[in-house]
Amino acid sequence: MKVSDRVTGLILVVLGALAYYGGSLLPPVPGQQVGPDVFPMVVGGALVVCGILIMLQIGRSFEEDEKIVTSETGEVANTAVVEPERGWIADFLQGGWKVLTPPAALFFYYFASEKLGFWITAFIMILVLAWTQGAKPKWALALAVVAPAFVHLVFYKLLRVPLPIGLMQFPWA
Amino acid sequence: MNDLMAGLQMVLQWDVILTILAASVYGLVVGALPGLSATMATALLVPVTFYMSPIAAISAIIAASAMAIFSGDIPGCLLRIPGTPASAAYTDEAFAMTMKGQPELALGICLWFSAIGGIIGTLSLIIMAPLLAEMAFQFSTFEYFWLALLGLMCATMVARSSPIKAIAAMFLGLLITCVGIENPAGAKRFTFGIADLLGGIEIIPVLVGVFAVSEVMRAYKARDIPVMAPRKFGSILKGQWALTKSHPKQQIRGNIVGIIIGVLPGAGADMAAWISYAMAKRFSKTPEKFGTGHPEGLIEAGSSNNASLASGWVPSLLFGIPGDTITAIAIGVLYMKGLNPGPTLFTEKASSMYALYIVFLIANIIMIPLGILMIRSARYVLYVPRSLIMPVIVLLCAVGSFATGNNLALVFTVASFGLIGYFMDKNGYPVAALVLGAVMGTMVEQNFVTSLIKSDGSLMPFFSRPVAAVLAFFTFAAVLWPLAVWFKKKPPAAVSG
Repeated sequence: MKVSDRVTGLILVVLGALAYYGGSLLPPVPGQQVGPDVFPMVVGGALVVCGILIMLQIGRSFEEDEKIVTSETGEVANTAVVEPERGWIADFLQGGWKVLTPPAALFFYYFASEKLGFWITAFIMILVLAWTQGAKPKWALALAVVAPAFVHLVFYKLLRVPLPIGLMQFPWA
Repeated sequence: MNDLMAGLQMVLQWDVILTILAASVYGLVVGALPGLSATMATALLVPVTFYMSPIAAISAIIAASAMAIFSGDIPGCLLRIPGTPASAAYTDEAFAMTMKGQPELALGICLWFSAIGGIIGTLSLIIMAPLLAEMAFQFSTFEYFWLALLGLMCATMVARSSPIKAIAAMFLGLLITCVGIENPAGAKRFTFGIADLLGGIEIIPVLVGVFAVSEVMRAYKARDIPVMAPRKFGSILKGQWALTKSHPKQQIRGNIVGIIIGVLPGAGADMAAWISYAMAKRFSKTPEKFGTGHPEGLIEAGSSNNASLASGWVPSLLFGIPGDTITAIAIGVLYMKGLNPGPTLFTEKASSMYALYIVFLIANIIMIPLGILMIRSARYVLYVPRSLIMPVIVLLCAVGSFATGNNLALVFTVASFGLIGYFMDKNGYPVAALVLGAVMGTMVEQNFVTSLIKSDGSLMPFFSRPVAAVLAFFTFAAVLWPLAVWFKKKPPAAVSG
């Protein structure tokens, strides 16, 4: 997910320009010089400036690279050695995609929980997450059964949060 | 005096006491687990505080954050892996002591001076806050505007990354607050016809996303925890009193630096620890011993990071400007519980403030016995497999953020900001600056626009009022400072990223 400063800078420039343009379209308040348009335009303009500076690599020298400790005796490895530069796509296919499972699981919850209900959704989420984190299958399964039940008990029973029922309901609900 | 008694009464409720205990244990465990920071512990606690009384909610945050900052020292000492970023500064030193066969001494220093630092920090909060409140009553929107801006600039100045990227992250945070109808004219701004965006982007799911979800994402790349030699601990507190008496200078310096860093917006416990450790080394008579298991630096930095925790509440309570990322979260809870930050808090809700001080003191005192228990059980806690903790945290992110508004769109926000936070962090954009911008954006805009309306569009009053002028000077200094450093430094090769 690390990309060049030129790319992130460009993203900021585009975002800032859009904010500036979007802000300028907002209707003014009659009889007043400042309205809802001022703030987005200031912020948008600033983002464009920052984006350009970042694209020009200004301020890069302040950044520090992460250290990775590799053993108990505490050798600090060079990041480049531990994580060989394999390029985007190769890295993604060789397990790099796993990083995306937490947000993916949350999007899954957003789209599926109403239909499937909390129990099934949470079961699938935990199972997939535990598997991508490298848990043993029997542990992943046990966790997928126990954790949703516990979370449901606390949030549904104790805190009275209306978790979706969907296809299946817990016995205590 | 009446307020003090009333405050004491508010704390001595069974639900508050139980909350403090439970939050302490929670903070100790989360802080000790590498990869889970004190900020994350606080962010995950927020949904639960929705269902508590105001004092219990604040107590939970205070207790959990204080414990987590200490507890992060434990894996640092034993495994050379800091449990939280605030311990990273002196992890090598603490681990060197363990290698010399003095793990008790190292852990004892961390615990003892954390507790004392926390108590001194609390005293600074008790003394400073009411004094500053007197002053804050004189402030108008002009001063508040500069104060907020100064806070934002400080946050970008202290970030350990490119200042321009930090400023960009801060503006991204401000952009987040542009969304919704909460603006000077109530116009539908950047809502794109989506009903869920009318109320703006909720801040709590944003915090949970950037602090919890993206941390879980980073855990995928983290290495496994190395095996720890089985070890029986001797007395943890042995020799601490002697160290307290023999190192007064380091302690005082650590406490003062911690308090100052805490008050500065956006700079928190981790920054305090780094600066104090560096100071201890510079002023030491034996700097060559640093890094070989020498107590001086540990004492100073350990005192510092916990002191910063309490003083971070000063700007948060007075102006609604977060002193660090933990109080950025706490401010959300304050608003939610009707304890809106501002100088009036110290006159109208004085008893609640006393209750808050008392909770701070209690938390730092019970830190010692609970901390010893935690150290003794560290062997078991540290080896709960990460693959079993992380999935549960993701589930809690979903349920917790949903619970703050019973709205599924909040889960969508969490997921999106998890991605955004991860991407920003990987590319050197500090998420703390983003969060600060998002927390303070509405305040900056309101004060800016109200001031402009008052002055009929003229910028003069922003500089002609005396306090405003001083604040403006500091703000510009904060902007120009990185430039000055940059010119002085003249990087030899600023090419190729």
